[in-house]
Amino acid sequence: MSVADQVVVHRTRRLSTRFLRSELRLIFGRRRNLGGMLVLASVPVLISVAVKVSSPGRGGDGPDFFSSITDNGLFVALASLTIELGLFLPLAVAAISGDSIAGEANIGTLRYLLAVPVQRARLLAVKYLAIVIFSLAATLTVTLTGIVMGLALFGGGDMTLLSGSQIGFGAGLLRVMAASLYLAVCFASLGAVGLFVSTLTEQPIGAMITVVIFSTASFIADTIPQISWLHPFLITHHWLAFGDLLRSPIAWDGVQQGLYVALAYVVVFWFSGWARFAGKDVTS
Amino acid sequence: MSEVAVATSGLTKRFGHQVAVDSLDLLVPTGSVYGFLGPNGSGKTTTIRMLLGLVRPTSGSVELLGRAMPADGPDVLARVGSLVEGPAFHPYLTGRDNLVRLESADRTTDPRTARARIDGALDRVGLLVAATKRYRAYSLGMRQRLAIASALLRHRDLLVLDEPTNGLDPQGTREVRTLVGSLADEGATVLVSSHLLSEVEQMCSHLGVMHAGQLVAQGTSAEVRAGTEAQAVLETDQPQEAARIMRELGLTEVRTSHISATGKLGRISPDKIVAACVHQGVPVLGFRVGAPSLEDVFVSLTGEGFDVSG
Repeated sequence: MSVADQVVVHRTRRLSTRFLRSELRLIFGRRRNLGGMLVLASVPVLISVAVKVSSPGRGGDGPDFFSSITDNGLFVALASLTIELGLFLPLAVAAISGDSIAGEANIGTLRYLLAVPVQRARLLAVKYLAIVIFSLAATLTVTLTGIVMGLALFGGGDMTLLSGSQIGFGAGLLRVMAASLYLAVCFASLGAVGLFVSTLTEQPIGAMITVVIFSTASFIADTIPQISWLHPFLITHHWLAFGDLLRSPIAWDGVQQGLYVALAYVVVFWFSGWARFAGKDVTS
Repeated sequence: MSEVAVATSGLTKRFGHQVAVDSLDLLVPTGSVYGFLGPNGSGKTTTIRMLLGLVRPTSGSVELLGRAMPADGPDVLARVGSLVEGPAFHPYLTGRDNLVRLESADRTTDPRTARARIDGALDRVGLLVAATKRYRAYSLGMRQRLAIASALLRHRDLLVLDEPTNGLDPQGTREVRTLVGSLADEGATVLVSSHLLSEVEQMCSHLGVMHAGQLVAQGTSAEVRAGTEAQAVLETDQPQEAARIMRELGLTEVRTSHISATGKLGRISPDKIVAACVHQGVPVLGFRVGAPSLEDVFVSLTGEGFDVSG
């Protein structure tokens, strides 16, 4: 008798994180993805070193964090996030989410997963949870590298907010982390778009490019005043509102609307993905 | 347990205007080793995909182990091990890690026995020594073995093996044949599709023959062969001459190879053929009369276009 015959089959449908953990091992164990995260981490290193060796200037369209870097190292994290939210972070999320279903379909492992069996809704749920965790990990990679580099090169101490008032270091750190979490949620909503696109194709690269185009087009549309009615609905419109968390008192409006928009994108695109994938013929 | 492991009724799949599978009534009895045969593109793999719920039928129904597919898929598929259209794994994971991944996706197994079951499955296909190699470094034969191992991660009542000997060397092919035999001995029903007819002939109790999306024959091996007439095979170094004599005697569907002539006997007495050949100076090196080989059955059912190798 083989070992296979000794299996005790658990008929109870208990909640298990085995599959999610396997999914995370797949994402974080892949050299390509680790390389990508290294690139994300290189930006705060570059910024902090550049500011250290030269005089600070004004950077980007977002909140002006660059000029504050020399006052408090925590601003390295915020300046890095501002720079990376235009392309690097959306690209990272696009790579993972675009690959989620299309990648498995491309190499054929999708049919074996479904035959295990993994129910299609469960597969989409686990894949999406992994995307959310990756969004958080990618954002925190930038933030934590920024904090470490900033504190090492410029020191910490009390934080002078954009509105001019001062808060303690602990409170400042808390706000930086809150801003990162907010951005992670924003990127996770882009990940839902990626998951949906990923159910449409067997070409992961095509899905990734589509997601990058989607976020870039959203940024572009946001700069065209003639279609300002559309702006509040764009996925990227409220991303820079993370800077509002660094004001005193905190301007919650933008962040709140940003979270609503993110949630709406998650719901619409996750269910679109499910509607598309649930009855799809898997012929790869 | 139901007496029928796989039953389809009027199973049809259209892709656009093309009919891939046309009103199929497949019937695989429990405990049988069912050889699912057919030329490339005859609809075997599409049928297997429908059995496993990967592709939705345009019309018709599938019953797997007595349960309706795809509705009961979440329950019934755990009892079905499958190999569909070749192996597919993550190239940068090791063989074992690939099985760990599939195992972790199965929410009905006991994680505590996972390691033992994975090693057991690897051992059974002779892959234990290469378990820590990355999949991308595997040869085609090793990949095929890993795919078979993934179907054996737990006890299965039904195994659906699509071309399981593809890419294996003769030694590996024999091993798979032995494996299928031992799985059947343990009580599993095995549905095996193959184009290597000689193997199917040796291991299957039942046969189904697909052609252009339709099932042209189905039943026990003996039943499928029954419809075909006995034939005479005469070995000689002058096959063309022998063939001419056979035709003159009234044999039908006479054909030649470089060492023999073969024809359907009909009502002709076999001894006349040898006598006629000897009389006309055609040397007879060997002579036999018998049931046609599966390959001959095949050709008569599906036409000459079958991709026969081996």
